[in-house]
Amino acid sequence: MKKAALLAGVIAAALVSASGFASDLFDRINAGRYKAVLADCAACHTKPGGRPFAGGAPLDTPFGKLIPSNITPDRETGIGNWSYADFRGALKEGVGKGGKRLYPAMPYPAYSTMTEADIADLWAYLQKIEPVSNRVVSNQLPFPFSIRTVMIGWNLLNFSPSEFKPDPAKSAEWNRGAYLLNGPAHCGTCHTPKSLLGADKTDQFLRAGNLQSWVAPDITNDAHKGIGGWAAEDIVAYLKTGANRFDIASGPMAEVVANSTQYWTDADLNAVATYLKDIKGAGTAPPRPLDAGDPLMLAGKAVFTDRCSACHVSSGEGAPFLFPKLAKAPVVNGDDPTSLIRVVLEGSQAGSTKARPTTPAMPSFAWNLGDAEVASVLSYVRNSWGNAAPAVTPAQVKDMRAKLAR
Amino acid sequence: MVRKLPRKDVVIVGLGWTGAILAHELTDAGLDVVAIERGPWRDTATDFNVAYAPDELRYAIRKDLFLQPAQEAMTMRNNISQTALPMRDYGSFLPGTGVGGAGTHWNGHTWRFFPSDFVLKTHLTERYGASRIADLTVQDWGVTYDELENAFDRFEYLAGISGKAGNLNGRIEAGGNPFEGPRSREYPLPPMQMTYAPTLFAEAARSIGLHPFPTPSANLSKAYVNPLGIAMGQCTFCGFCERFGCANYSKSSAHTTILPVLMRKSNFEARTECEVLKVDLASDGKTAKGVTYVDVTGELCEQPADIVLLNAYGLHNVRLMLLSKIGTPYDPATGTGTVGCNYAYQTNASTQVFFEGKNFNPFIAAGALGQTVDDYNGDAFDHAALDFVGGAGINCIPTNGRPIAYRPTPPGTPRWGSAWKKAAKENYGNTLTFSSQGSSYAARGNYLDLDPTYKDRFGRPLLRVTFDFPDNDIRMSNWVSDRMQQIATTLGGKQAVVGRARKGWNSVPYQSTHNTGGAIMGTDPNTSAVNRHLQSWDVPNVFVVGASAFPQNAGKNPTGPVGALAFWAADAIRNHYLKNPGKLVQA
Amino acid sequence: MTSSTPFRPSRRGFLSSTGMTLLVASIAGAKAAEHSGTLPWKPFAALPPQPLPGGRWYVFTADEARMVEAIVDRLIPADDLSIGGKEAGCATFIDRQLAGSYGSSERLYTQGPFLPGLPTQGYQGAEAPVARYRAGLAALAQHVRSQFAGKAFADLAPADQDKVLADFDAGKVAYPAAAGFFNLLLQNSMEGFFADPIYGGNKDMAGWKLLGFPGARYDYRDYVTAHNQPFPLPPLSIAGRPEWKVGSK
Repeated sequence: MKKAALLAGVIAAALVSASGFASDLFDRINAGRYKAVLADCAACHTKPGGRPFAGGAPLDTPFGKLIPSNITPDRETGIGNWSYADFRGALKEGVGKGGKRLYPAMPYPAYSTMTEADIADLWAYLQKIEPVSNRVVSNQLPFPFSIRTVMIGWNLLNFSPSEFKPDPAKSAEWNRGAYLLNGPAHCGTCHTPKSLLGADKTDQFLRAGNLQSWVAPDITNDAHKGIGGWAAEDIVAYLKTGANRFDIASGPMAEVVANSTQYWTDADLNAVATYLKDIKGAGTAPPRPLDAGDPLMLAGKAVFTDRCSACHVSSGEGAPFLFPKLAKAPVVNGDDPTSLIRVVLEGSQAGSTKARPTTPAMPSFAWNLGDAEVASVLSYVRNSWGNAAPAVTPAQVKDMRAKLAR
Repeated sequence: MVRKLPRKDVVIVGLGWTGAILAHELTDAGLDVVAIERGPWRDTATDFNVAYAPDELRYAIRKDLFLQPAQEAMTMRNNISQTALPMRDYGSFLPGTGVGGAGTHWNGHTWRFFPSDFVLKTHLTERYGASRIADLTVQDWGVTYDELENAFDRFEYLAGISGKAGNLNGRIEAGGNPFEGPRSREYPLPPMQMTYAPTLFAEAARSIGLHPFPTPSANLSKAYVNPLGIAMGQCTFCGFCERFGCANYSKSSAHTTILPVLMRKSNFEARTECEVLKVDLASDGKTAKGVTYVDVTGELCEQPADIVLLNAYGLHNVRLMLLSKIGTPYDPATGTGTVGCNYAYQTNASTQVFFEGKNFNPFIAAGALGQTVDDYNGDAFDHAALDFVGGAGINCIPTNGRPIAYRPTPPGTPRWGSAWKKAAKENYGNTLTFSSQGSSYAARGNYLDLDPTYKDRFGRPLLRVTFDFPDNDIRMSNWVSDRMQQIATTLGGKQAVVGRARKGWNSVPYQSTHNTGGAIMGTDPNTSAVNRHLQSWDVPNVFVVGASAFPQNAGKNPTGPVGALAFWAADAIRNHYLKNPGKLVQA
Repeated sequence: MTSSTPFRPSRRGFLSSTGMTLLVASIAGAKAAEHSGTLPWKPFAALPPQPLPGGRWYVFTADEARMVEAIVDRLIPADDLSIGGKEAGCATFIDRQLAGSYGSSERLYTQGPFLPGLPTQGYQGAEAPVARYRAGLAALAQHVRSQFAGKAFADLAPADQDKVLADFDAGKVAYPAAAGFFNLLLQNSMEGFFADPIYGGNKDMAGWKLLGFPGARYDYRDYVTAHNQPFPLPPLSIAGRPEWKVGSK
């Protein structure tokens, strides 16, 4: 961000004496910089350790690999020869320069709800960032998905572009939150489950998605599987600092915080929190937890006592901003244990922000715990201290081990 | 071929406690800082994995985290009449290596020395007369306790020390150490929950009029967020503290208190597995140009810098000064020269009390979890009628029950066979241990220099340690052993065995990694290697920070004062040196 | 430094005593030496001890192994308190230790000159543990042959075995390094009986059960103030404990 701020400053200085609209343009670029943060463009379009917006790391989709494109104003390899109409079309319609169909890994279904002003700001900003020459061959999909016109049919089925319409019955803050979450922030891209075709299951809005061998947990207000136990302040703290009194972001969400939400204004964070607190979950009754005397639970408790309690505490309480609380945690109570299995096997490093810089890491246990032991300890965690969720099976662990080894 | 690297504002040699503190302070001041560390990078999750961190053989017996003698050994002798030979394995003390340094595998006792310790020569001369210290070379530090109070406070809050103040702004507080200097506020965290043995020890000590208090500990009594915003966990009493890295972020170290913030800064870089060979001096010998080091691939590199900070382990600071020809080497024959003088150690003795029918559960322990009695430490008691100066803290801090090394048996027990086995079983949970940790006062014959014979793997001479316990310190320690006997008798039990210090420092059994002096601070360039700001008198753009600066050692663990000196030196650089580079003190 | 003295640091050599064969984890070994911007971390990074496969002797000959097994069974005899050193795997432990960096003193200072030292200066011999075992065991075998009509140590009556060991302990034999060798043997045997079972000794945590040491545990918070109470949990190895298995009792 520092670099971007600096850049904006240089541009401003250059424009000061130019003409009357200089300050307008400066405002617009500055606003666009913030919109790029809201939309977290860098998450996909900047490779870890790479030049800003010059192309990202490959995305694994259920259909194959996609490499996010270079969106710097480089004329040869970026979007330097795009017009505003091309850019607007990409965001609004999923159609890039020359009628090229985009894949919805680029979340144009979300971006299409953005206001014209926001898109214009974004364009103003992206035109002024440093051009980087980096040729990206985005489409690495196998046939038939490699045929971009396939998306015409997909769009017909799954996509109806329309700008966000406020709900007059709700507060301005609620509406701002709804706009941000569904538009630029595109939270549902990860947190809403997908159909076989990769479209949002809109009837299960924000009730946990699975992508790239991670679960994006249920973030509805559901008291069991969702974040119903979090106050709005907890949501704000999490997004602003990467940690709150319950949890600490790791995996892809740590990157979202690092690249995007930590730079949001407090007003925008509060808006999203207000909106999220109003999203109803499935509301289904939690399952009956496994009996504490179940042999699976006894074995799991032994492993937990020996391997987990030194950080997460025998009560599952964890420690604030350091060791996530496991008791009554959404990611623990969710149906899908993907993330849980994953972090036990490969370990996990939490994110780091200026406010919460600790960056604690969970050690890898892949070398130490067999499939049965990972399954029993996670089953124990998912059925203790008020948690209740389906047991984890050794086969699920085995599958994840194989997936991660690839 | 030598690879010349781009200039930095500051090069730091050694990324342990002091290196990390100075790096943090100086990057905050806007300087571009590189730290060069000869050991590996280490991080909690990878290197101190909770599943294999508690491995006595690997870490305590084979000493996996320590500096290996193959990388750098030292030679030792008790006096100049002997020929120094290499310590082929480190035994009596165990220097650290790697990011975090010895602060990674320390126990966590975090003290302030007494106010009188900082003006020791003046204080003892005024109270007992100059003749009482005639055979010692004790000195004043050149900085007072009051001047350092803020630096102590900052270190304690950085590290989240658990303890109870005994002296708050001059008011004596119940439950703390009544002999300590005044502190400006309470410890950041309350004392740790107490295990059984120290609880009994404290009751016994109190019953005979002593003043036991919880040992100030860097094993955290509660979860904590330090002033840098870094979160730490609660100590879990695993009993794998000293010699081990902490698996759950509950022991303060550079890792758990500074590095997460330091590493986020764009004006900081760490280079590991790079060993500094020397500080490069300009031809006038009065200005450091930077350092020369061997990088991880074996390539020789020159790192130019405006300021060179020696933040290695104290003994290595001294060796680097000698190898780089900074200052004048000490000559014990004439008592002249300053680099290498006033090497001091620690004068210890231990006590075991054997009981029957107890469950001391020695494995439920932490490195600094226990009780201390300071009634006989430093000059907390009147030495007028005694034949020594100095003193010892008496500590009941059972750190572990790790069975390769901890199998107490009464004297006379065979070392093997069924009788040994029976005694080992009976006494494992029935033994209470406590010990005295005594001051070590500088004497003319104890010093550090370069060995004439033995070389390291680069062909550089090893450091030579010439040391024996001064007679004063032996008398002190034995007098304190008599006091330990009183406590042991009060404790009861079926048998007490009270250790007594003897002449002839032995480099084989572990005693203490509290090696001090060799590059001591002071007010006179003829008797100290660095000034009161830790700045070399001879090469003013070199600062030497660590226990190497202690003019003598007190009956307390050195890390607290070492941390305070790091903040003190950082302040001097930030507030004075940067504004006007040059000598901060005119001799 | 000149090119005639090339230096290639062996991080493994300095870092780890547990790489007991050439098979060592390589993940963390690949860590870059320059660090900035963030705390380094990699998925799956771990440096656990690498146990050697059983079923063979790595350093000892068959005769040596038989002798060491007999010795450790006298140092730590089987009795009503515990199994003996042989069954506990102490000889296996020693063999595996000798096969690694410990056996060759790889991590120690081994440059000359080698001069006789004072007791305060520690071991000053040029021989690493493997050589000390070879020579010490040969001397012990020779001593037994000459004293017991050509017999091997393992074939002596227990009382005679104890006498031989006591004589070595006291240095009352013709072999000048006897006491030093005995101390090495005793130290390594105790290591084998009390180290984590992952290293080949301390079978079923027998040494830990003897003392009541709960092993590689890391959280005693629920027990710290239970003064003078017996600790209830069974011991734990780095590799785990039987109770981890579903349906174990």
